[in-house]
Amino acid sequence: MSQAVNSAGTASESVFHIQGLTKVYHMGEVEVHALRGVDLDLYAGELMVLLGPSGSGKSTLLNILGGLDTASEGEVRYRDQDLTRADERTLTEYRRYHVGFVFQFYNLMPSLTARENVAAVTEIARAPMTPEEALALVHLQDRMDHFPAQLSGGEQQRVAIARAIAKNPAVLLCDEPTGALDSKTGVLVLEALERANRELGTTTALITHNAGIAAMADRVVQIMDGRISSVVHNEQRLPARELVW
Amino acid sequence: MRALDRKLLRDLRELRGMVLAIALVQIGGIATFVMSLSTYDSLLLTQQDYYREQRFADVFAILKRAPGQVEERIRDIPGVDRVQTRVVAAARVTVPDFPEPATATLVSIPDAGPILLNGLHLRRGRLPEPYRDDEVVVDDTFATAHGLQPGDRLTATIHGRRDRLTIVGIALSPEYIYPIAPGAVFPDPERYAILWMGRNALAAAYDMEGAFNSVTLQLMPGSSSAEVIQRLDRILDRYGGLGAYDRKDQLSHRFLSEELRGLQTMAAVFPVIFLGVAAFLLNVVITRLVDTQRNQIAIMKAFGYSNLAVGRHYAMLVLLIVLLGLAGGIAAGIWLGKGLSAVYTDFYHFPFLNYVLETPVIIGATLVSVVAGLAGTAYAVLRAVRLPPAEAMRPEPPAVYRPILIERLGLQRLFSQPTRMILRHIERRPLKSLLTVAGIAASCGITMVSNFQEDAIIHMIDVQYAMSERQDLTVTFTEPASGSSLFSLGGLPGVEHVEGIRRVPARLRFEHRSYRGSLQGLEPAGQLRRILGADLQRVELPPVGVVLTDYLAELLAIEPGDLLTVEVLEGNRPVLQVPVAGLSSEYLGVSVYMQRAALNRLMQEGDVVSGAYLDVDSKYSERIYREIDEMPRVAGTIVRESAIRSFHQTMQETILFFSFVTALLGGIIAFGVVYNSARIALSERDRELASLRVLGFTRGEVAWILLGELGLAALAALPIGFLFGLELCRYLSNAFRSDLYRVPLVVQPGTYAFAAAVIIGSALVSGVLLWRKLQQLDLIGVLKTRE
Repeated sequence: MSQAVNSAGTASESVFHIQGLTKVYHMGEVEVHALRGVDLDLYAGELMVLLGPSGSGKSTLLNILGGLDTASEGEVRYRDQDLTRADERTLTEYRRYHVGFVFQFYNLMPSLTARENVAAVTEIARAPMTPEEALALVHLQDRMDHFPAQLSGGEQQRVAIARAIAKNPAVLLCDEPTGALDSKTGVLVLEALERANRELGTTTALITHNAGIAAMADRVVQIMDGRISSVVHNEQRLPARELVW
Repeated sequence: MRALDRKLLRDLRELRGMVLAIALVQIGGIATFVMSLSTYDSLLLTQQDYYREQRFADVFAILKRAPGQVEERIRDIPGVDRVQTRVVAAARVTVPDFPEPATATLVSIPDAGPILLNGLHLRRGRLPEPYRDDEVVVDDTFATAHGLQPGDRLTATIHGRRDRLTIVGIALSPEYIYPIAPGAVFPDPERYAILWMGRNALAAAYDMEGAFNSVTLQLMPGSSSAEVIQRLDRILDRYGGLGAYDRKDQLSHRFLSEELRGLQTMAAVFPVIFLGVAAFLLNVVITRLVDTQRNQIAIMKAFGYSNLAVGRHYAMLVLLIVLLGLAGGIAAGIWLGKGLSAVYTDFYHFPFLNYVLETPVIIGATLVSVVAGLAGTAYAVLRAVRLPPAEAMRPEPPAVYRPILIERLGLQRLFSQPTRMILRHIERRPLKSLLTVAGIAASCGITMVSNFQEDAIIHMIDVQYAMSERQDLTVTFTEPASGSSLFSLGGLPGVEHVEGIRRVPARLRFEHRSYRGSLQGLEPAGQLRRILGADLQRVELPPVGVVLTDYLAELLAIEPGDLLTVEVLEGNRPVLQVPVAGLSSEYLGVSVYMQRAALNRLMQEGDVVSGAYLDVDSKYSERIYREIDEMPRVAGTIVRESAIRSFHQTMQETILFFSFVTALLGGIIAFGVVYNSARIALSERDRELASLRVLGFTRGEVAWILLGELGLAALAALPIGFLFGLELCRYLSNAFRSDLYRVPLVVQPGTYAFAAAVIIGSALVSGVLLWRKLQQLDLIGVLKTRE
């Protein structure tokens, strides 16, 4: 298993090992080559930002990492588990016990309150925190019984983060978490993610097309046309509250 | 409660309008199912209890006259448990303040010892004192019709002798749950009575001392009634036996059996239609729900809910809706079942009603509705299960539209842009459009059934009384009489025309099939009584041979040209072979007709009549009734006008009940289908419609795009619904065929109009509800949210 050095200077094991990853999918009558041979490793405790314009393939990569989608070719390993050859049942278990997702459009269940949205996940997890604890982590302890429609965009996204971290996942996968938010609210959301990464040690991969966010990462991976175009190690992670865009 | 279960309940509340519409359709189906089957079970149980309680006989026989000691020989027939010999007499009765003629059947009850078979359920009063010759018990229907009480008096003319009788009791009997006077077609409680009288008194009045003319038997369990009947017939043949018959051929029992059969048909046909429509509606709603919740499904899966859990979630939603319909349907079914059972209890004069809802009915209703609901939504639920999470995360790709047939033909300029959108939408999902049309058509058909019953009965009466039996009075003689007696009837003032009739009881046989009926000898070119063919044109009676009711020909599998064997059950009891010359078509009863002269010749009896048809001047009616009442040989008289009137009264209640129920159910289906389709259409296209509004389309134009499609579906459904309704009526008309009656397939224009009105009305109501939803369409909000 490959080793790397994170910003804290300690050697850590590789959580994801990706090699020659290719994804082709069909949308209507069009064939889309989303990923064309990606090699990448993701390390424990690391906060990685995947940067790229829309259509570059970064969401596809994240979906495959999260076990939502499968590769057309290549290999993806999560620890010693081969995700490329996993069946539906294994992928479901993998998502249930190891992965937390945050999406651009929050994707909360509109018919459930903040607390219930988190509970929907904690109810099926192995050693989760309580929904209340998770919501307190994102400073929403006072809005727990509100329905999504009664929350602002930033609050909804924080509920989504609470939902993602509540099960104490090994990895947190965030797809444009600030994409639908203004910068001030976006910073609040990023702070919540940063806190989860630091305090819970959750390996985090964050997709964005917003280069301003890259400064908070340990590592910035740039994707263009389905290929990795550059990888940059940040010597110093900038705290989320100091980010501007 | 788990969070997902909460979501389920809240989704359900969100969908409440549609859920309610679906549940109503299901309630319709389950309610008909439970109503028909619980009424069936209840009637059956009530019948069994009543029969057991009153020891309703297994075998019946009527004969001319047998000496009392013959009873011993009957008792010796293997398999016979109990024998009750009786004297049964026809009489005319007069009730104070009722000028019209009424007839009665007098039935003897033992003076000493209990009534062995066909006991009486006394409503009021008591049985006659032994050996009293002036006390009678009257049946409850006649007593109720005239407001008679114990202590009241009536006059009976038995064998030409007039007796004043005192009513001492009012009773019900299983033998007469559907009392019809001999020769009549419908029950007429005002003009036909059953009177029970002590055996000795009745025998004395009817010249039957030491003799009997009716036998009823109870068989030992497991013995064959066919064998007993055969032996009984052999004994009674020489005493003028008219052929013994099993309980299943007993008239009252037959009518009730037909009714029970009808209930079974109803339980089989209607729920299938309803639950089919409900399954379709569920499918539409759940499919749409899965579409709108693509994202939520993706989230559930992203967070590790298994495909099975997602499938179970939506299946649970379906089950909840089904359970709602089931609970409502069972409740409504019980309510309607009790109502219907009460109507039947009244109609068939049961002394009590055991309303039961058997567990199998509930289990059946549950199974049928759950299976229908799950089967209807299986595809939609499966789609939720199979939806790959990554794909579900992306918005749904735009629906694929193609130029429609009209456009390929280059006719698009004939239609406006909104109309073309409607047409493309319909063509894009032809199956769904087709099923919508089918659902509305089903409701149209069901609505038609309610009016069809009324149409058919009016038509039956019309044909029976305006075309076939045009006489004002039917007079029956106690014994066959000389043809000259027609002159004395014709001589009465006010009698305009007289036609004789000769009726001979007979067993009709062809090959191994037989039917107990009668030969009717009619005047060849009669003005009053006419035999009609299938086209309702008069069928001339041939000089030789007989004309058969077509249904009887079917029963005997005999065709014109074949030889019918007639075993006459009267006089010298000759066995005759007569050719079948033609078929007649009638709706009530079955018969064999021939020219009276020809029948007289066959019987070698000269000019003999059993009764007469009279055409009278209504001004003289009352006087004629009185004069006929004075004639000793007249057994009874039937007045056509009052028979029709009484029939209408009898049928009204039952028909009204069914009409009300079916019209209601039809309306529910129509509303359910139209409303749900409209709501789904709005949910599918709110963004599109809001965009159009933003682009400057008027509210009317937008409404047209949405509602036009439904209007089109409703219009397209009408002709299909008419056809379906006609076929449904045809099916019911065939299902209810029996030798007692055949319901003709007559559907009046008014029935079509009514069904169309129900459909259009339901469509309009849905349209108005939807129009209000459209007013509330939030233009900006709709465009802002992500699909």
